[in-house]
Amino acid sequence: MIFRLRTIETTAQGRQIVRDRDVAEGPVTLGRSADNTLHLADLSLDPHHATISGVDTGRVEIEAVGSLGFTLDGRQVRSAAINPQVGGELGLGGYRIGVSQDADGAVLLTIGLAAGTAPATDEKTAFSLAGRLPGKRTMSWLLALALLAGFLALPIYSMLTRAPKQTVTGDAAWSPGPLSLAHHQLEGKCEACHVKPFEAVRDATCVACHKDVHDHAAPARLANARGPLSAGDAVQWRIAQMFGKPGPGACSDCHTEHEGAGQMAAPAQAFCADCHGALKDRLPDTKLGNASDFGKQHPQFRPAVALTAGSDKLTRVSLDEHPREASGLTFPHELHLDRRGGVAQMALRTGKGAGLDCADCHRPTADGVRFVPIDMERDCESCHSLAYDKVGNTFRRLRHGDVDQMVADLSVAPRRAAPLVTGRQRPGEYATGGTYFARFSPPATRVGAVAQALSSKGICGECHTASAVGGRFSVLPVTQVSRYLGHGWFTHAAHKQETCTSCHAADRSNSASDLLLPDLKSCRTCHLGEAAPRGKVPSNCAMCHDYHLTQQAPRGVAPPKKQ
Amino acid sequence: MADAPRLTRQTPRPAARQLSAEHEGFLRHRRFRWLKRAIALSLAAILAYALVDVQPRANGGSWLGYTLGTLGAGLIVWLALLGVRKRNMTRGSWSLKAWTSAHVYLGLALIVIATLHSGFQFGWNVHTLAYALMILVIVSGVYGVTVYALLPAALSNNREEMTEPQMIEALAAVDRQLEVAAQPLQRRWTEPVLAALGERAFSDGLWRRLAGGGRGTSPTQAAIDALNLAASEEADDPALLRVEALLQRRRAQLERIRRHLRLKALLEVWLYVHVPATFALLAALIAHVVSVFFYW
Repeated sequence: MIFRLRTIETTAQGRQIVRDRDVAEGPVTLGRSADNTLHLADLSLDPHHATISGVDTGRVEIEAVGSLGFTLDGRQVRSAAINPQVGGELGLGGYRIGVSQDADGAVLLTIGLAAGTAPATDEKTAFSLAGRLPGKRTMSWLLALALLAGFLALPIYSMLTRAPKQTVTGDAAWSPGPLSLAHHQLEGKCEACHVKPFEAVRDATCVACHKDVHDHAAPARLANARGPLSAGDAVQWRIAQMFGKPGPGACSDCHTEHEGAGQMAAPAQAFCADCHGALKDRLPDTKLGNASDFGKQHPQFRPAVALTAGSDKLTRVSLDEHPREASGLTFPHELHLDRRGGVAQMALRTGKGAGLDCADCHRPTADGVRFVPIDMERDCESCHSLAYDKVGNTFRRLRHGDVDQMVADLSVAPRRAAPLVTGRQRPGEYATGGTYFARFSPPATRVGAVAQALSSKGICGECHTASAVGGRFSVLPVTQVSRYLGHGWFTHAAHKQETCTSCHAADRSNSASDLLLPDLKSCRTCHLGEAAPRGKVPSNCAMCHDYHLTQQAPRGVAPPKKQ
Repeated sequence: MADAPRLTRQTPRPAARQLSAEHEGFLRHRRFRWLKRAIALSLAAILAYALVDVQPRANGGSWLGYTLGTLGAGLIVWLALLGVRKRNMTRGSWSLKAWTSAHVYLGLALIVIATLHSGFQFGWNVHTLAYALMILVIVSGVYGVTVYALLPAALSNNREEMTEPQMIEALAAVDRQLEVAAQPLQRRWTEPVLAALGERAFSDGLWRRLAGGGRGTSPTQAAIDALNLAASEEADDPALLRVEALLQRRRAQLERIRRHLRLKALLEVWLYVHVPATFALLAALIAHVVSVFFYW
């Protein structure tokens, strides 16, 4: 059997050179070694890789010699038989050997190199990262479009196409910060306040919930009080209004949101001082003094005081005028608080401790803000007994607060030898029924008993101011002021760590008409303005005052008259 | 109509075209003119922030906040325009060098301006996203300026006056010689040689390029080790020694290419952050500004 070895080489110009070499007798040996019949210079082949031999049947047998096989028509095998008339292709390393039959019957082995085994290195791009990473342009577009879609298109689309009362999707990322505690329930419902796109939050939106909040003053007066804007403010407002901001005077001017969870911060005192710092100049008819900073400019307190005994009319008077209070009561505070006086002695003996304290008579309200009015039966009568007669074990008492009843009761009361004072007796032989007992009390008629009670040492007169209106026995009504400073949010509860007398000089008050209110100077020992130094309490306007006066404010203020 | 100023502009002005023997890079351009301006701008912003009392606390919605925000947004857009401007070289006071110098220093000043604009209020929202992307862009830019200042010298040293195509060709030449020289070897020795020939530096991905090669022994080094073993076994067969010497040359050339690739990757990689992050920033900035006015 004749084997024809045909090698095809391609020149640089693309021309093919075909060389034939006939081998008369098999077997044909193939391998990397030069002593093979067919020398294949490929490092991946064995030096002696395979043999090709003819078989009598006319077929060609290929047998691997070394440890490696070869491919027949792409399939990995170690031995194969090919009918040259049908043909086949062997693959050894980088070589391809076509097995076929030539015209003269010789077995034709066409040897060629497999094309495109090693990809050529592109010199221009090989050193660059260009092929190694996604392109800059692609990444830029993808990122930009993704961000615009997620953070802009989605919320806007959702806002514009949502059903009424449906929340907007995807706008959580727009929130610049958490809402304050009071608005916490609106978290995630941006559209509750941001009603229309590109429209600043309007007062109407706030008022929709805050129905009871009314204006500080009539709008015209507010505008006057605000006065002309400074040049800087005017420019700011012109720009703000160009962008559709409401104001000046809009809710959002003072109340800013998205400033963090927790309580909404009180507006700065500058918001108040803008008008109130020079209010007298702009609103000459105002009754208010100028105020810009509690520590620096604030008018003296003007408490509402009862100036006329027996009248419940309260008049606001500046503490600088040293007003005297005419409450209708006649005893000074010192009487009860003096540690060495008779009251202290009595307190000691009746088990109330070493003298009386403020709290023995003055009881705070449940909220601790102020004090409940003095109630005679509860606060005084444990010492000041109104008993005037004893029947068996029962004491008959006068009814407090009803002079006519008192007159009627005493008119029919038996004349007693000694005052009815339970538990108090003269000692020893001087006691009732004793050897030296004597009744020193003045002889009294029935009318005299009433007059005695109302005299300055009598049971009524020791506290009350007696009067006779139209010939009838009477006492002047007592005026108890529960709140002297009606415009302030003062609360006693916040001053618990202070003693009563550090502000109210009750222990040194020896006149019933002393007004025991601390003045501005007294408050300023602790409280200074917003920028108070260390050790002082920074006190801005909102600490004591309310801008929106409501029924719940310290003193009810009539809403502005409707035009 | 040729009027007088245009005629004067056409006349050469030697003073403006004065050539200096010393190269002045974009960082030191005109004695750090833009560094000084950027510092002045930052100090002005800090001073304003310190003096203006915004209640209840500093935020982007105050007049100062809006001013700083407008300034910052304008700067971001202008800084991004370097990509357009750099494709268009001119000279003079608005030369590309001046523009690049301003780009670098004003970009750094943006940290101050945008941070003050934020009023130090950060959260999980699109506003802070824009800020974070801006910081990413600036940090990658700082990296870029740093490597541009430090690495070209190393790149030049490594090249030893070879061009990139020459590096590739040098390796190919070694490989061709290896192909021929290894022909007489037994298959157990040609296998490592073949593996070595299969080792290519260019197929490395980003991380391998930045690390200067993969982990473990490279196939070329393994082939050298194997051939050394073979030489000791087969009494210093000259064919083995020749292949081993070629492999050593291959390794040296491969290492040079790897170092080159590493330096080039270090020089290029920041742009793959800087540019896409810039466009992401522009998108986030649009979302930031539009959302503020949408929910005004």
